[in-house]
Amino acid sequence: MNLFIEYIIAALLLLGAVFTLMGAIGLAVLPDFFTRLHGPTKATTVGVGAMALASMIWFANQPVGTGFVEILIMVFLLLTAPPSANMMAKAAMHMEVPKVGNTRGDSWQQ
Amino acid sequence: MLDRLSFPQPWLSLLLFSIWQLLADGVGGGSVIVGLILAWGIPQLTQSFWPDRPAVFKAWRLPGYLLLVLWDIVIASFEVAWLIISPRRPEPMFISYPLQLDCPQAIAILASTISLTPGTVTADISDDHKILLIHALDTRTAEEVIEAIHNRYEKPLMEMFQ
Repeated sequence: MNLFIEYIIAALLLLGAVFTLMGAIGLAVLPDFFTRLHGPTKATTVGVGAMALASMIWFANQPVGTGFVEILIMVFLLLTAPPSANMMAKAAMHMEVPKVGNTRGDSWQQ
Repeated sequence: MLDRLSFPQPWLSLLLFSIWQLLADGVGGGSVIVGLILAWGIPQLTQSFWPDRPAVFKAWRLPGYLLLVLWDIVIASFEVAWLIISPRRPEPMFISYPLQLDCPQAIAILASTISLTPGTVTADISDDHKILLIHALDTRTAEEVIEAIHNRYEKPLMEMFQ
């Protein structure tokens, strides 16, 4: 495997780690439930995506063969994140979870 | 009997078949047969849960749309990451987004897109399927967000499904 590819893999792994860390920090520092919902659905998606991509490039350069399974990880991640965020938001609105003071606009209930 | 042998959701069948090939790690005799059985069986079993199929579905527009969304996810993730580490407090807002799409599948794609692109989460949809409730992490005005979503995502979807 040549050096250039190794650098790319390392960069992707670092990027993934940074984004996953950002998602985790977001969970800790954001002020209320609805804003915390943004961390795991976004930053983490990119974080895991970058790591899966790194894994794909790594296995593509190994004699054992290519890893297409990582595509599935990304697909399932992208498919499942929005409905779960949606369900949590709905449940939170139903339970009238407190919103941070400077939230504008109204949530509605049905 | 004959319609038991059909594929009521051709796109779903195609998707299931390709996912099975990936799961089985390579196209081979066995995985093709199991893939075909799954591609036939799962749509048949779930048929009663599906809404009517959209009248028009221009599948060739889908890859371009997916690339656009993927690109936006990456770019806007940097913004959210920056917001998280910057000392400024976010200014969240609930926004009622007036939908112009009417096909349920298209609305589902739009809602998922909104949830995946950083800064916005789809929180709810009104009973008459006319309004989406969106929670934006950090925005100044509602119009900004509505305008951006409409131009960037809803218009391509309207072209795809109309």
